[in-house]
Amino acid sequence: MASITGSVEIRVRKPRRAVIAGVLLVGWVAAWFVLSGIDTLTIGGQETTALHRWLTEHRDFLGSGNVVLDAIRIAVDHLVVLLQNVLSQPAYGRPVPVVGWLGVVAVAAYLAWAFGNWKVALLAAAGLTFVGMQGLWQETMDTLSLTIAAVALSLLVGIPLGIWAGLSNRAFKVATLILDLMQTLPTFVYLAPLTLFFAIGPAAATIATLIYAAPPVVRLTAHAIRSVPAESVEAARSLGSTRGQTLMKVLLPMSRSTVVVGINQTIMAALSMVTVAALIDAPGLGQTVLKALQTLDVGVAFNAGLAIVVIAIVLDRVTTAAGDRPWRTASVRRRVLLGAGGVAALVAVWFSRTYVWAAEFPTGASIGSSIAVAASDVTTWVQDVFGGFTYGVRDAVTEGILNPLEGLLTESPWWLVTVVIVALAALLGSWRGAVPAAVCLGLLVATGVWHDSMVTLASTLLATVVVVAVGIVLGVWTGRNQRADSWLRPILDAGQTMPPFVYLVPFLALFGTSRFTAIAAAVVFAVPVTTKIVADGIRAVPVATVEAANSVGSSSWQVISKVQLPVARRAITLAVNQGLIYVLSMVVVGGLVGAGALGYDVAAGFAQSELYGKGLAAGLAIVLLGVMLDRITQAAAKRTRKFS
Amino acid sequence: MTNKLLRSAGVLTALALALTACGGAKVGDAEKPAASGKACGTVNLTVSPWVGYEANAAVVAYVATKELGCKVVKKNLKEEIAWQGFSTGEVDANLENWGHEDLKKKYITDQKVAVEAGSTGVKGVIGWYVAPWMVAKYPDLKDWRNLNKYASLFKTSESGGKGQLLDGDPSYVTYDEALVKNLKLDYKVVQSGSETSLIQAFRQSEAQKKPLLAYFYEPQWLFDELKLVKIDLPPYKAGCDAVPEKIACDYPPYDLDKIVSKKFADSGSPAYELVKNFNWTNADQNVVAKYIAEDKLTPDAAAEKWVKDNRAKVDGWLGK
Repeated sequence: MASITGSVEIRVRKPRRAVIAGVLLVGWVAAWFVLSGIDTLTIGGQETTALHRWLTEHRDFLGSGNVVLDAIRIAVDHLVVLLQNVLSQPAYGRPVPVVGWLGVVAVAAYLAWAFGNWKVALLAAAGLTFVGMQGLWQETMDTLSLTIAAVALSLLVGIPLGIWAGLSNRAFKVATLILDLMQTLPTFVYLAPLTLFFAIGPAAATIATLIYAAPPVVRLTAHAIRSVPAESVEAARSLGSTRGQTLMKVLLPMSRSTVVVGINQTIMAALSMVTVAALIDAPGLGQTVLKALQTLDVGVAFNAGLAIVVIAIVLDRVTTAAGDRPWRTASVRRRVLLGAGGVAALVAVWFSRTYVWAAEFPTGASIGSSIAVAASDVTTWVQDVFGGFTYGVRDAVTEGILNPLEGLLTESPWWLVTVVIVALAALLGSWRGAVPAAVCLGLLVATGVWHDSMVTLASTLLATVVVVAVGIVLGVWTGRNQRADSWLRPILDAGQTMPPFVYLVPFLALFGTSRFTAIAAAVVFAVPVTTKIVADGIRAVPVATVEAANSVGSSSWQVISKVQLPVARRAITLAVNQGLIYVLSMVVVGGLVGAGALGYDVAAGFAQSELYGKGLAAGLAIVLLGVMLDRITQAAAKRTRKFS
Repeated sequence: MTNKLLRSAGVLTALALALTACGGAKVGDAEKPAASGKACGTVNLTVSPWVGYEANAAVVAYVATKELGCKVVKKNLKEEIAWQGFSTGEVDANLENWGHEDLKKKYITDQKVAVEAGSTGVKGVIGWYVAPWMVAKYPDLKDWRNLNKYASLFKTSESGGKGQLLDGDPSYVTYDEALVKNLKLDYKVVQSGSETSLIQAFRQSEAQKKPLLAYFYEPQWLFDELKLVKIDLPPYKAGCDAVPEKIACDYPPYDLDKIVSKKFADSGSPAYELVKNFNWTNADQNVVAKYIAEDKLTPDAAAEKWVKDNRAKVDGWLGK
């Protein structure tokens, strides 16, 4: 009964909302014809507001010399240097690191086997050997040292915070807000200030990586704890367990696999920061990519990017396997084998300390240069074949969609845009959408970069629409088809971890310096996460539900549109939301290929001291856009859920 | 089954390792400590993100290491961040500074943490450039007065109906917006955002005969590959750039100089003398930059090659 009245309700309400929204938009366009060019709050590239100048003047205020910050820096520096001494740099009077390549491969494979299974152990060994053969052993080990340090610290901070946010509602609310901030704030924005606090080098790079990489593990830990069924907790309590015992014996074991997903996402995020952190002299593969970029050497950049992707895939598969496997309850047989394997790994470490051939990766087997040459050739071929066509696509999309949208947003008076967006937010998500929208838009005006924010908003909306469309199609496909999933997953992993700097050069060749190039780059970066979450949601639809639909003779299309998509709605909301955040996090990179607006402001603030405050304000504007769009989509999802 | 396989595989591997290992060279066999660098110590060199700078750094680092026994630590940093390093003690020397009067005021005059260490001898040129084919086809394009005639040629999807003037990395010195306005040009400045975008745009302009007008500069390794042509703007006269909003003349010639931290200058290190005496020409820098960017030599190998061919110059820096 309830479901019937619900659907009636929808049938009555939906058209009305659509009509109101339509009238609103038509009214906006009409008003734009009359009012265009008034109160647009445009400011020139070198112009600043009082707020920007105030921020610039006070940048040194907190600076270096603080005892606590120095202590943190020294501790982090020691951790990174220790890891580098062990893995990558000549140390303790030896011409090679403490553990040579053979030892690293053996230990990695052993750990993969112990925590996962023999398949991922093989993968780990093969992956590490491959990057060695690429001629990038030392750079990869530097990157790995930095990643291990950042991930270890992220977990040290993140898991307790996640548990706290899982247990307390208030902590959860505060944490969500801060995590949103951490994830949308462009890394360029805090990179420069971090060097003031933590000086240049590995420590600042590690902390920058930590800020970007910690949120997933906090979020997923909190989510896992909150998802433990209440009955299990009550059962434990009724048996007389204390709070601590409940946590250790019930909550944590039951949420382990989700926490591992969080750790996994944290590792991915840390790896994707590697190239950006290279801008403040983080050692490793990021340096190789940036150096190659100076001479537009796509091949060499790709070779280094590929090494990052390989490491990411290895770490992803190993942590996933570790999450699946109940490795704590090992049989006696397995324990004996593990012991033997441990001895073998130690023997390999000894070899790698003693003999040159096992310490330094043999240079004879290098395939790096052939990879580089092949990548350059492919790029050139793609550019030659598609070059003219892509320019046509760019111009069509820019003239047909982007320019009108951007014109509407930038040339309307700021108050008109505010009224329309708040009204739309209210329509989509009632007061839950309208209030945050109004607050965020008000703050956007205050940042002094309103005009640039609207330019960025236009590109972001267009990119997100494309991301969601592609992500849903691919997600439904991979969610329903196991084989498609196993083929697509490495490509998706690559899209997420391949440094955007690597494909910027080919994209520049294909689309020139333009806003479209930035949109294309953002789509490549954001589609994987959207696809993965949608696929996950589709897979989670109970088999019985799908079979019921099949048994009444529904076509695949009907099953997808009437059953799987509606049931997976929560996952799809999350996918839209994450797609949006990923698009926004690429805005700064877009600023490096001609997208201008907020991305350029942020990059300029990083590079020019007198624009520091403006860059910071532009960074905040990106966050505000993110929070606003996030709150509107969340509220809209909540409202539709209520009526169905 | 798998366990058995794994075990035998493990045993085999261990055996194989043991057998192959016995003949190998041991770590530390060939270890001979190089000339100890006590007199010199450690020099922290910033490396800014362009190849010309890398050429400076390569040669100075090579000479300091090989001839003075210093330990040189290269730090890859953007200019602004590198200046911060003077105050925190993490950067000792910057080998190629482009103007930056504001930073000089902040770190040299106000904070007194850095000092000037003289010219690098390299002359910097900033201006508007086009690819060679354009001047061949439109010879009068070289004169700025004809730019308006060709404005429609330079239209793109980003320039809003006007001609496009492409600018580069946000850290570069530029007053192109004022120039366009004051010279009454029918152009719009579009920010490409990076040197990479500029170079890619020029390469495509030449290869596909696409019109492009963009901000660029010399010395730059790209000139070895592509002889870009500079547009003649109204000539620079001393003082014509005094008021930024009213500028209507070409960019001044830059004498690129070196900046070192005060601590380094006072340390009496022979490396400081080397940095102070370091002086070469655009041609010298371009040669080393070409070794690095196009011949793919490592910076060290590139420096070694150049130093062998230019012994007299290097001896001059060392006061020999």
